[in-house]
Amino acid sequence: MSSLTEAIATAEVGGSRSVRFPLVRDFLRRPLGVVAGAFLVIVVSAVALAPVISPYDPLAQDLARSLETPTGDHLLGTDRLGRDILSRLLWGGQISLIGLVEALAVAFIVGIVLGLLAGYLGRFIDLAVSRVTEIVMAIPGVVVLLMVYSLTDNNAHAGMITLGFLSVPTILRVTRAAARSVRGENFIAASRVSGMAGFRIMVRHVLPNIWGPIIVNTAVLAAVILGVQGGLNYLNLGVTPPDPSWGGMVADAQKSLALQPWLIIPSGLLITLTIMSLALVADAVRDTLSAKRSRSGRRLLVAPTVVAAEPTLPVDTEAVLSVRSLSIAFSGVEVVRNVDFDVAAGSTLGIVGESGCGKTVTASAVLGALGPTATVTGQVVFEGLDLNAATRRQRAAVRGTGISYISQDPMVALDPSFTVANQLGELIGRHDGTRGRNRRARLIELLTLVGLPNPEDVAKRFPHQLSGGMAQRVAIACALAGRPRILVADEPTTALDVTIQGDILGLLRRLQEETGMAIILITHDLGVVADLCTSVAVMYAGEVVESADVATLFAEPAHPYTRALLASNPIVAEPGTVLRSIPGTVPSPADWPVGCHFFDRCPVRVDGCAAGPIPLVAVLNREEHEARCIRADEIVVAAERKSA
Amino acid sequence: MIKNFVWRVLGSLVLLVVVPTVTFFLQAIAPVNIARSVLGLNASEETVAAFNKRLGLDQPLVVRYVDWLTHAIHGDLGVSYTNLQPVQNIIGPRLSVSLSLIVGALLVFTLVGVLLGVLSATGGKVVGSIVDAVSTVGLAVPSFVLAVLLIAAFALQFPIFPATGYVAPTVNTGRWASSLVLPVIALAFAGVTAVAKQTRDQMMTSIASPYARTLRANGASEFSLIYKHALRNASGPVVTVLGIIFVGALSGSVVVEGIFVLPGLGSQALQSALQHDLPVIQGIALYFTIIVVIVNVLIDVATTILNPKVRRS
Repeated sequence: MSSLTEAIATAEVGGSRSVRFPLVRDFLRRPLGVVAGAFLVIVVSAVALAPVISPYDPLAQDLARSLETPTGDHLLGTDRLGRDILSRLLWGGQISLIGLVEALAVAFIVGIVLGLLAGYLGRFIDLAVSRVTEIVMAIPGVVVLLMVYSLTDNNAHAGMITLGFLSVPTILRVTRAAARSVRGENFIAASRVSGMAGFRIMVRHVLPNIWGPIIVNTAVLAAVILGVQGGLNYLNLGVTPPDPSWGGMVADAQKSLALQPWLIIPSGLLITLTIMSLALVADAVRDTLSAKRSRSGRRLLVAPTVVAAEPTLPVDTEAVLSVRSLSIAFSGVEVVRNVDFDVAAGSTLGIVGESGCGKTVTASAVLGALGPTATVTGQVVFEGLDLNAATRRQRAAVRGTGISYISQDPMVALDPSFTVANQLGELIGRHDGTRGRNRRARLIELLTLVGLPNPEDVAKRFPHQLSGGMAQRVAIACALAGRPRILVADEPTTALDVTIQGDILGLLRRLQEETGMAIILITHDLGVVADLCTSVAVMYAGEVVESADVATLFAEPAHPYTRALLASNPIVAEPGTVLRSIPGTVPSPADWPVGCHFFDRCPVRVDGCAAGPIPLVAVLNREEHEARCIRADEIVVAAERKSA
Repeated sequence: MIKNFVWRVLGSLVLLVVVPTVTFFLQAIAPVNIARSVLGLNASEETVAAFNKRLGLDQPLVVRYVDWLTHAIHGDLGVSYTNLQPVQNIIGPRLSVSLSLIVGALLVFTLVGVLLGVLSATGGKVVGSIVDAVSTVGLAVPSFVLAVLLIAAFALQFPIFPATGYVAPTVNTGRWASSLVLPVIALAFAGVTAVAKQTRDQMMTSIASPYARTLRANGASEFSLIYKHALRNASGPVVTVLGIIFVGALSGSVVVEGIFVLPGLGSQALQSALQHDLPVIQGIALYFTIIVVIVNVLIDVATTILNPKVRRS
């Protein structure tokens, strides 16, 4: 038991070492955040040193020199009573910063303690804390503050502590959310099993994991508090003139605005820049902690970079779709390499492999759904048109009518805000240009076609009112709206109940017979392949490692990876043999070996396999069967001998 | 759905009890002698005693609370300590001023915020960067600084709008609108950026979602993806944020009314706070709470209409 705790502790220390310092380095790479941070350090130091560096007494009047713009004597000018602006800013900052610390300390301590209790212990405490939080957030805080100032004879500390209490929900909510998510993680469960007391778990494991979001929100909260405090001081709440305060100086400036507009600049700018710096530091920390998000949505709709390349193989003119030398890279890292395949009209191609082999990315390239971060080379030729070289308009014209798509999880494939009739109707209108009764008729026809027994009723429903199987049928209807030549189906049955899976596969087979469309089926399930496909491409670590018609592939698998997949599938494997999982995992694209990508996991590897790239070659000189293995022929012959 | 809704309204009504109770019992921690601070330090013991007796300040706090509550339920909010006028007579006429300001700000931050958010989410890189920059500045400039800058620019430098003051719409509608322009902008500015940010984030989430991917792959137009699907899915979360910003704007209205010398609830609350006129602050706290509750209910209604899951279940 103690060794487990130790292991966790070691993992923790190791983890924090390898993670935290790069984070600091990442932060320092963000110029805006660094400048803002430096500005804050300067402001805080200057204010703290006010008694030392302030050139004048902040209350000393010099009526002979009132309302001056900056001079050598008064670096930031003077106010109506001839008081030095710079000195007043420095001394006034002390009120602001002390108040800020008071309010933050209250919000921080109360927020974190209650947040941890609510998030970690859950249940009753969580419910109570949440209710109280909701109420506090709905209180217009200013009336409470006014009451407090009125009752304490304008006491600055009482006001800021009250503001701290009113701000508790901000910190509490972040802490609670973070504690809840950490709570579910394995190492916390392990600590609990190993007998650590609840409170110690929170302090030792939960807190170090939630500091990131808390820092971000504390900085944001500090910005808000400074703004509110400035407003209160402007109204002479929490400060007694002639004592200087930043907000009060803005009020002074307003009184002399017509005579000397300059006055608003020092105080107004200082408050604004301080608040902005806090916000920018928060932004920089947030961006450092999470991968930076794309700034514009439209860019998600922008096509990827396409690099023209000569195809290595001639395009199959018989095929409805020919993919040649397709390679895809994200920020310089290749994730799919040199993929070739053809899809004949009315046929079904299965693209098979484990997660992370590049199946879905390949399908996205065919659909033209890769974002601008991708670099694509090679050709995707649909009915004679290379989609990679096509214009935006040509590409758009193919979507839905030439090539359409159904996704893995039908429950998120439909827009939750619109009825089935609305979204399917939109697609019909776009493809057929029909409206009203004609569109309605086609809608019902499509819903009937996908085997929904009560199309009128289904049409009226919202996606959340459909079962998984119904939703997938509706999604298929959406994909059929444009009468496509090819349907790309990405794991169409994975998210469904086993009993429904067969129904959906049967539906796809029937639709294919009725409409003559081709299907590209992405799957990891060889049982599904056997059920539906005419030909198969097996992908491993970004490459096609074997391709053949479905009968050949199951009868004479030539690549060790294909054989391993078959051996691990309960439906396809021979009864009586032991099911074997494939040891190891798919290497990530950055770690691909120079030679065979399957080398590390291969049971029949030899030294030659690692030497260099392995070409895709015909197995036993048959034209329709190719494998990316130097021992392919050997493997097939040996297998035949064994079964004979 | 109806049941759910009724529960939420009841939940909001809890505020109506909580806020006055909290503000009332804050008096328990007060070191201030009300009578002395209202009457002045020179008042005789007899005057102080008479004042306390007349206003019931000689009673224990709990008794005064129960008394206040029973009267408040009947619409009687007590009398002002300073001029002995009924509280509702003091704050009643000021409600319309505050409502003009707050509703104006609500309209501005909703309309402008959503517009900027859509532009930022869908426009090119340049538009996005501009909106980002404006948002950063918008969140950083506090309303009171912005207010003074607006006065400097649009009342003094270019005398387009009045610097301070308020004209009732019944007196002159044009001058009423004109007197509200600068205060509304000052109050709404921070809200605009918050609404814009939320709109943009929600729309971008929607554009990157699996359903958008599927719709697009099956032929839906980009126009529809952005202006129909993304905008519609952003609406629910945006409305929720509107509620939070509104509560903040209500607090902000006190400062803005102070700056522009608008005779609303906020400036009265401020004046009463400085005079220790607790019944008036208490009454204004109640009015503010009623406004919050009404807005919460409206937002609940809007969310319910916008979210098909809540609506149909």
